[in-house]
Amino acid sequence: MNTREKILEAVLNNQPPATPLPDLAMFRNGGPGRPSQGPGIVQQYIDIFRGIGGQLFCVDELDAVKTLIGENFDTSKRLVTTLPELGLIAELYQPAADPHSFKDVELAIIRANLAVAENGAVWLTEDRMGQRILPFICQHLAVIVDTSTIVPTMHEAYEQIGVGNYGFGGFIGGPSKTADIEQALVLGAHGPITMTVFLIK
Amino acid sequence: MTIGLFIPCYVNQFYPGAAIATLQLLRKLGVEVVYPAGQTCCGQPMANSGFEHLTQKCDDLFIEHFASFDHIVCPSASCALHIKQHLHSHKDQELAAQIRGKVYELTEFLTDVLKTDKLQARFPHKVGIHQSCHGLRGLYLAQMSELVAPKFSKQEQLLNLVDGLELITLDRVDECCGFGGTFCIAEEAVSVKMGKDRVTDHTKNGAEYITSADLSCLMHLEGILNRNKSAIKVIHIAEILNSTL
Amino acid sequence: MSEAGTKDHATLAKEFNKDEERVDWHDGALWWIRQKRDRSANQTPQWEELREAASSIKNHLLSHLHEYLLQFEANLIKNGVKVYWANDAQEHNEIVYSILKAKNIDQMVKSKSMLTEECHLNEYLAERGIDVINSDLGEYIQQLDEEPPSHIVLPCIHKRKEEIGELFHEHLGTEKGLSDPTLLTRVARQHLRNVFLTRRAALTGVNFAVAETGEYVVCTNEGNADMGAHLSEVQIASMGLEKLIPEKKHLGVFLRLLARSAIGQPITIYSSHYKKPRKGQEMHLILVDAGRTRQLGRPDFRDSLKCIKCGGCMNTCPVYRKSGGLSYHNTISGPIGAILAPNIDMKEHADLPFASTLCGSCSNVCPVKIPIHEQLYKWRQVIVKEGYAANTKALSMKAMAWTLGSPDVYTKVGKAGRWFLKHLSFTVNNKLNPWYRQRDMPEVPKESFEEWYKKNKDNKDKDPK
Repeated sequence: MNTREKILEAVLNNQPPATPLPDLAMFRNGGPGRPSQGPGIVQQYIDIFRGIGGQLFCVDELDAVKTLIGENFDTSKRLVTTLPELGLIAELYQPAADPHSFKDVELAIIRANLAVAENGAVWLTEDRMGQRILPFICQHLAVIVDTSTIVPTMHEAYEQIGVGNYGFGGFIGGPSKTADIEQALVLGAHGPITMTVFLIK
Repeated sequence: MTIGLFIPCYVNQFYPGAAIATLQLLRKLGVEVVYPAGQTCCGQPMANSGFEHLTQKCDDLFIEHFASFDHIVCPSASCALHIKQHLHSHKDQELAAQIRGKVYELTEFLTDVLKTDKLQARFPHKVGIHQSCHGLRGLYLAQMSELVAPKFSKQEQLLNLVDGLELITLDRVDECCGFGGTFCIAEEAVSVKMGKDRVTDHTKNGAEYITSADLSCLMHLEGILNRNKSAIKVIHIAEILNSTL
Repeated sequence: MSEAGTKDHATLAKEFNKDEERVDWHDGALWWIRQKRDRSANQTPQWEELREAASSIKNHLLSHLHEYLLQFEANLIKNGVKVYWANDAQEHNEIVYSILKAKNIDQMVKSKSMLTEECHLNEYLAERGIDVINSDLGEYIQQLDEEPPSHIVLPCIHKRKEEIGELFHEHLGTEKGLSDPTLLTRVARQHLRNVFLTRRAALTGVNFAVAETGEYVVCTNEGNADMGAHLSEVQIASMGLEKLIPEKKHLGVFLRLLARSAIGQPITIYSSHYKKPRKGQEMHLILVDAGRTRQLGRPDFRDSLKCIKCGGCMNTCPVYRKSGGLSYHNTISGPIGAILAPNIDMKEHADLPFASTLCGSCSNVCPVKIPIHEQLYKWRQVIVKEGYAANTKALSMKAMAWTLGSPDVYTKVGKAGRWFLKHLSFTVNNKLNPWYRQRDMPEVPKESFEEWYKKNKDNKDKDPK
């Protein structure tokens, strides 16, 4: 018997009697009677994301983002985006590039699939990232979020994500950080030093 | 109703005042109290040290002495809890189960069975409540700070009936004092540090007295208070509730 | 001291307590995190119901672990991930080595994995010429200091910033005396960035693995797991069998509980879902037993396998806060460590279930409702039955049982004890008596309650003094 068979047999012999899975319906939207969308949900997302140390701008349309980027980031450095609409202010991401080639990216601008109000996080699948490394290796990260994609809790997020057809996806909840040195919060550990969200109505 | 009074071994030997106060308090509240002679111990020190298999004699003695009462009341949360959870009998499991259901710690007996809402007691001092872990997390004498649930405290409820008494607010409402039975000897350094930290919390917040439903905690805290020549005194909750004008 | 000469928890804790100021600082830091956890839990509607759901999901998982493992494996393979099974640490380490050797790789970057700490992977690989750097800042610091992590989530919570600054000065050439956390972190960022960019292999742990889809989730605040993985040619994940969850949607429950329970944050900054290898990359996943199936077979202790490694029990435990994680001489320390370790090596870790007052705070913060304090009590019974209790303890316990088993003996011994304390107090009030080191003995009353009662039971108005 090889290791795999040995382990599986031990598991089968030792596992406890069957117990059922719980019903998760009670957690929908964060509890009975709670809204699934609306201004309250949007405001909660904004407050929590800012509370984590994220920067957030509310804009009416994508065009306004161009101006804000010019005002808030060093455009003399390398800016990369996956959004063709922003092709004039940033380099449009080219697929099949070696991930190492993004090491000098100052700002990456990408678009989220959805955002979660209860924790301020965005969800991105790799097709939205362009390259998996891009939202991690850049010095600063900017994410476009459509207000209509904000959901109340992780339960609704996973409902939308479903089984998922991606090779990689991730929640990103703010600028990278650590408090490993005497519990002093430092923004900017190994991932981006800042994160900015442009929230489009 | 007649209750059997269970007085833990160390309370019997070292803190008779608390036992006497318990007896007198219950009688004041109209309860017939009997202290069956020949009782010894609940067996907790051995069980907590891994020697549960040696406690059968203690259990047999307990059953022998207490089977006949309507209720069994004990002024020690940890001992009451131990009996409630661990009393067993090789000869009569049902009897043991029955007895387990009749055991009460003193404060819960007052709030839950007697439903005491008035006391002729006066204790004009600043008092800090030490929550014994067994009382708190074992007997639910108060809400546990870790849980997201409505706050309550049976000790506070009763102490609020005492004239002149002022309850202080602690920084950490239910951190363990570090007694832990044989832990206080086997891990002396940590045990004492835990006790010192509790004393610091009470001192900082102005307590004149530290009270609890568990004398083992108080014995440990008292040892530290006296060693450090503190003015703070420990007192079992029965003695406060029994104090007269 | 155990026979082998390694120090037990009580001895190590005593040493830790020699520096009271440091204990206060360590204790305060972890209590603050407990408070953040409380705040965050109180802000989350249905918190207690979430804990109950998580507990039920893990109970169900363990009861169908065989079936879910097979489902997970099939999905991994479908996704293009290579799957391996390892009985123990040795097999696990050999597998990692063989994967790296096949690609001629001699340098690897690793993100947090308690399992690989348990397996002593870094040492194994170093002996074979493969250099591993721990990229999590706390673990990196511990690695520089050649010390294991003291806390599973906050690896160097026991270190002052000045000590960390000194380590950086020695190993990274920073200015002597530099201790500002932000500046030190920036230095580590620069140094480790280079490590990420130059290493071809990355190893991660697994926080949650989904049987339904074959993907696994890695949670970090620093982004170090992703920096390593997405730049690597070879990505390896080491996973304990119990890290599985049945369905994708269950991640909703666990990711809502994990960071809140650990550090009072609603979610970790990064919760990365790894499913298929990147184009041009290999992905490998190792399923490790190392005592887990044995624990699964212990009805009293199998609940400990539900653990999601949040560290919440450590933050709330007063013994942990006042003795430090390194006093537990085990990869996983604190309350959860004390109920996992005796299964791994009962002799080595017989002291751990006794390093507790059984206060029960741990069980209340556990997101999957493991009744940790009840298991600590049960392990004590097992350890004594197996013969690992210290001899002197067994004798004194037997003496106690004999005394308390007989009312006559009890009364005589009680009276004698009080007499001794009163008249020959120097026999007890001395440094040989551990109680007396830092505490006064209780005062001796003139009579026991039993004696008072005999005299006064019929005179119901008699005042005691």
